[in-house]
Amino acid sequence: MTGQDGAKPAFAASGEGTLAANGTGAPTLWGDGTAMAGGAAPQLQGNQRRTILLVVLAVIVAAAIPTAFFNGYHLFQLTMVVVYAIAVLGLSLLIGFNGQISLGHGAFFAIGAYTTAILMANWDVPYWLTLPAAAAICAAVGFLIGLPALRLEGHYLALTTFSLAIAIPQLLKINAVSTWTGGVQGLMIDKPDAPFGLPLSGDQWLYLFSLGVGCIFYLIAWNLTRGRIGWAMMAVRDHGLAAEAMGVNLALLKTRTFAWSAMFTGVAGALSAIVVQFVAPDAYGVFVSIFLFVGLVVGGVASIGGTILGAMFIEFVPNIATQLSKAAPGAVYGVLLIAVMFLMPQGAGGFVHSLYRKFRR
Amino acid sequence: MQGFIHQVMSGIANGSIYASVALALVMIYKATHHINFAQGELATFSTFIALTLIHAGVPYWLAFLATLAISFAAGMAIERLLMRPMMNAPVLSSVGVFIGLLLVINACSGWFFGYTIKSFPSPFPNRPMLGGYVSGHELGSTALTLVVLLLVYLFFRYTRLGLAMRAAAFNPASARLVGVRVGAMLGLGWGLAAAIGSIAGMMVAPIVFLDPNMMFGILLYAFAGALLGGIDNPLGAVLGGFAVGVIENLGGAYVVGTELKLSLALVIIVSVLVVKPTGLLGRAVQSRV
Repeated sequence: MTGQDGAKPAFAASGEGTLAANGTGAPTLWGDGTAMAGGAAPQLQGNQRRTILLVVLAVIVAAAIPTAFFNGYHLFQLTMVVVYAIAVLGLSLLIGFNGQISLGHGAFFAIGAYTTAILMANWDVPYWLTLPAAAAICAAVGFLIGLPALRLEGHYLALTTFSLAIAIPQLLKINAVSTWTGGVQGLMIDKPDAPFGLPLSGDQWLYLFSLGVGCIFYLIAWNLTRGRIGWAMMAVRDHGLAAEAMGVNLALLKTRTFAWSAMFTGVAGALSAIVVQFVAPDAYGVFVSIFLFVGLVVGGVASIGGTILGAMFIEFVPNIATQLSKAAPGAVYGVLLIAVMFLMPQGAGGFVHSLYRKFRR
Repeated sequence: MQGFIHQVMSGIANGSIYASVALALVMIYKATHHINFAQGELATFSTFIALTLIHAGVPYWLAFLATLAISFAAGMAIERLLMRPMMNAPVLSSVGVFIGLLLVINACSGWFFGYTIKSFPSPFPNRPMLGGYVSGHELGSTALTLVVLLLVYLFFRYTRLGLAMRAAAFNPASARLVGVRVGAMLGLGWGLAAAIGSIAGMMVAPIVFLDPNMMFGILLYAFAGALLGGIDNPLGAVLGGFAVGVIENLGGAYVVGTELKLSLALVIIVSVLVVKPTGLLGRAVQSRV
């Protein structure tokens, strides 16, 4: 089934895996992503593995260095980059690898954030314990949302999740639970200190902590997309019916992918609550979902490395663009989103990967 | 009982606005099989243009017509520049372009016109009518919307151009063969949808006040209405819009409370898509493997 080096599975061959399975040859968003996801070969050669491992270690070390030199606001920004990277990674699993378009992932981000805030503010749960709780809750909610999503394809799923994104702030303001959620004003939580008396400031510790969580989740995503489940996800994306004919349990896989994706974004939301120390309903409006989507597309829809680029895009563009005008971030996002769709559908990550493949020859 | 009638009448008035936006959505869906996520933002931008004209001294109805013309032209331009190349693109590409359009227009509204909430004048007398159950504006906007919908219906049903547009949406290949310029028809469709959306914007702005994010909630209700009535059926979309307006008001008043009205729309959307995806009046679509 896998064929020679670089071949994709048979049912993904036509049109390089466009979602329009009629092989119109339309620009492929997922086809290159498949290659990027390592669909090129199920097992990497020995020295390829070593190179990738070295690159990853170098990236991690490079990411940890700023702890010593930056502080305060810049470290906060870097921490938010990590947070957004995990969130966009979750979205990438769903949209990039499984082909289900979600414009409502801000919902999971909000649920994760509120889980952490509620646990910490009401019951003094230690911050690190709230992460597994947020993960579990968001996975469950993701699974539940994935169930009706089974009946929706393409536009309709985008529409439904978009509607969810619009409705989130109102849902968070429900009076009945405002004693726990803080209602319209939201909740404030304390910044955690470095444990074991380490000589790090709160910001520095949070950054390293987020980096650690990020590494764990990137490892999970990497393994997920390179194993059998990853293959099944991509098969369902490229041609669901053929995948089902091959024995993939379509319903279970799609709902599980939704659960995985929700878990990632939920944990990112939980981290964001700890870092920002504040949650409020109006902070999780429709634009959170839209910006996550934009970050994903710009970074590369099915590119794990691209999610980091997307996260940097989400974090730094508003800061730079707001100096022009309050409206500029939206304009920049919009223009870049349209430009990427027209010119570089596989996003920055996919583009980098295709350069890499050219050089390898 | 009085309160109930109030809610129903108010629901019908709101529903007329949702019906307009839903009609615009359905028009674009019928022609391109894409859902226009940026419909609300187009309407908002048009409303801002109208306000600018009015502040510049142009009489209301002249500004109204000018805004219609500008929106029509803008819709045609957007179709030609952005949507034409995306005709055969995968779903994600077109969704991405729509979202990008939403962001750009939202940003332009904020950039050119500012984020402060502005009041928008209503052309209708501001006194209770129909025995005190509706305000002048509610009655006027409902009447205007119904007139517009009637005109659109007559246009599509009884004019050659309307027939050509319907043909282009129904079967582009065959329409081309009989000489219909499908691309131009799509452009007209977009222009018309943008113009109808701008009417909705100008009718709702006096009620909810004008700011760049005005139309998000209304867009949600319009989605619910369009899906409820059938995303490919214009009459269904209109009826769905009115139905959603009434349901929203009654539900908000008696069932879930005003704070959960948007969630009610979400529930409608999910239930319709899960129970009867084609909506009440839509045609069942069968796909071949």
